[in-house]
Amino acid sequence: MTARTGDLSPPTVPEAGVAALDVRGVTHAFGARKALDDVSLDVPAGSFTALLGPNGAGKTTLFSLITRLYDNRSGAIHVLGFDVRRQPAAALSRLGVVFQARTLDLELSVLDNLLYHATLHGVGFRAGRRRAMELLAQDGLADRARDRVRNLSGGQMRRVEIVRALMHRPRLLLLDEPTVGLDIASRAALVAQVRGLVASEGIGVLWATHIIEEIAPGDRVVVLHRGRVRANGTYEGMLAQTGGEDLSAAFLRLVDDTGEAAA
Amino acid sequence: MSEHSPRPARFRLPLAGFLIVLTGICWREGLRFLNQRGRFLSALVRPLVWLFIFAAGFRSVLGVSIIPPYETYVLYEVYVTPGLVAMIQLFNGLQSSLSMVYDREVGAMRILLVSPYPRWYLLVCKLIAGICVSLLQVYAFLAVAWFWEVELPRIGYFTVIPALLLTGLMLGAMGLLMSSLFRQMENFASVMNFVIFPMFFASSALYPLWRVQESSLTLWWICTLNPFTYAVELIRFALYGQFAPLPALVVAGCASVFLAASILAYDPSAGVMARRGGPETAK
Repeated sequence: MTARTGDLSPPTVPEAGVAALDVRGVTHAFGARKALDDVSLDVPAGSFTALLGPNGAGKTTLFSLITRLYDNRSGAIHVLGFDVRRQPAAALSRLGVVFQARTLDLELSVLDNLLYHATLHGVGFRAGRRRAMELLAQDGLADRARDRVRNLSGGQMRRVEIVRALMHRPRLLLLDEPTVGLDIASRAALVAQVRGLVASEGIGVLWATHIIEEIAPGDRVVVLHRGRVRANGTYEGMLAQTGGEDLSAAFLRLVDDTGEAAA
Repeated sequence: MSEHSPRPARFRLPLAGFLIVLTGICWREGLRFLNQRGRFLSALVRPLVWLFIFAAGFRSVLGVSIIPPYETYVLYEVYVTPGLVAMIQLFNGLQSSLSMVYDREVGAMRILLVSPYPRWYLLVCKLIAGICVSLLQVYAFLAVAWFWEVELPRIGYFTVIPALLLTGLMLGAMGLLMSSLFRQMENFASVMNFVIFPMFFASSALYPLWRVQESSLTLWWICTLNPFTYAVELIRFALYGQFAPLPALVVAGCASVFLAASILAYDPSAGVMARRGGPETAK
């Protein structure tokens, strides 16, 4: 495996059979409170996987472990085959993240935010500027590059955050409830943008949400509830598993504790 | 679930990338500093108020006898200048840390922490960026002080640089350690008052230690145990082209301890973030 250079290297195509993300048997507790309990899931390369769960299900904790904000003490997490705990540099360099909370610096311009992120991944200013303008142009935001982030709408900020997550050409994109607080049109545009990335770039996407309308037939779906995986498979498989007429019904059956057997 | 085949373990971050990360963090800190003109102004005005009003007022009351590094009687303004330089660094160190708390509160801290570069290195870069900003403030202050008859030996303007780097590192690392303990800006801002003023007043910044000893032995002990005293003395000697070994040793030792503790505090496996509960802690 060659090291990435300060300039942007072409995307590394994952080896056949290597999942973009592989989480196995991860348990995590904060004191006595168990936030994740033996969680296993995977995101194949070039797939859109929805992580569906109500508030407090453990989605953000799982994201924090995958991004190594803190270490998993049990189980294993691999990004493109690299162990996040043992090979964090290799794993994190292949990872792009959009956190639930907005993480742009409101006082800086769009371009400055993107350049700052690029440098944190070892991408130089010149290459970073080129990449930023290319991505902003693709997303129709090129004319806002010099604007302060403070002056953007909520939807535009989210789009900039996605652009930022792509600056270093990651092979796995994590999005933690990215549509929270957006209107219907912005939400639909954002979902379409990310699905487009899966199709055009072959990026593996893990999309955490509690909004069922964001999931489409053919998607892979993982249902997380109270820190445990209640279902893991395809959209259609979940309907068949639960006997629900639609995903809402299937989801409600899965997170209904009295219907735990269904999982 | 797909199988993940074992991958080659050899992955090294390019050396050039380390320099890019350092440049990027310093650049961002510089941009933030330029965007916050009030911060620069207050950083400059604060010590100047002490110099123009406090020191001028006390010039006739407080006499400073000949003590090293001074070779003759000096004006009180001259005596307090190193202390005010250290005060700039103290404020700046804690202000940089305040920005870390702000970054964590608004979530921007996560962007720093998910960089593939080692976390200890990212924190050191943050410290270096803060020190660079403090150097600008210090030299702006010394330039104005020069017009106020605080004329230092020319060599002192150069020999003070290593001292400023070391004291900036110690005070920045102290702030970094403190920032790891607070989730909210309000809490941190109030704690700053309990740190800055006692550290500043219980030191040799405003009065020589022998005068403190004459009036209160307890206070003298407190001043002697205060690392800020050694920061002031290191700067004082360096401004006169002299090296003070004991202050240098104490400052270097404290800087190492504070830095190691703050790196530990931000460590993903052992840090306070991992223990204190909820993912919101790590924002």
